[in-house]
Amino acid sequence: MSTLHTVNKSPFVNRTLESCLNHCKDGDAVLMIEDGVYGGLGGTAVSAIVAEKAGSVSIHVLTPDMEARGLSADRLLDGITCVGYDGFVELVTKHDRTQAWL
Amino acid sequence: MSDVKKFLYVNRKAPYGTIYALESLEVVLIGAAFDQDVSLAFLDDGVFQLTRDQNTDGIGVKNFSPTFRALGDYDVTRLYVEKESLDERGLTADDLQEIMYEDEDDDWAEKPAIRIVSRAEMTDIMAEQDVILSF
Repeated sequence: MSTLHTVNKSPFVNRTLESCLNHCKDGDAVLMIEDGVYGGLGGTAVSAIVAEKAGSVSIHVLTPDMEARGLSADRLLDGITCVGYDGFVELVTKHDRTQAWL
Repeated sequence: MSDVKKFLYVNRKAPYGTIYALESLEVVLIGAAFDQDVSLAFLDDGVFQLTRDQNTDGIGVKNFSPTFRALGDYDVTRLYVEKESLDERGLTADDLQEIMYEDEDDDWAEKPAIRIVSRAEMTDIMAEQDVILSF
């Protein structure tokens, strides 16, 4: 039993990403979408807490939201996977529930 | 899986700055008509929704905090409040309003609906749900 968590807010505006990561169980997945994709970048104020979770939780970013913001995959932390809309659907079907962190 | 599903309403916003908190409560009350297993979670700024002595006279919006005390009549009897979120905001359980429900399995004894849980317990509660609705 596992959960897909989605995060759609920038981690530099509020602490939603942090709260999400604090409520993930091993084997869960986090998908960063919309402004949430900024949470996947390396060299930021939140990179350390994301990297720390990346072992026990799989972390993904939505490619179209990255591209829209001019972010390339090489800016991402190691271990973060880029997915398209098809990958988003796959993640939803792979997990037992989806929790949207608004 | 039986046809009764476990629904958790996750509340993470303070009450009057945005419409989320009021909308959550409205949806809970509507959803209560469907005889599902419903519980509420309050974490992060969501814990501010349950503070006692709210008075909105000066801001011209409805004080919906008393409505939480009606949830027991709709068989919504579990309001989980995260201890770490209270601590971070300088709150204790005593700062929250008293919300009681009558336990039909225990000769209608009055019991508190608010249950203070740790972050780890909240994580487990989330992981055992069929459906999570976030506000």
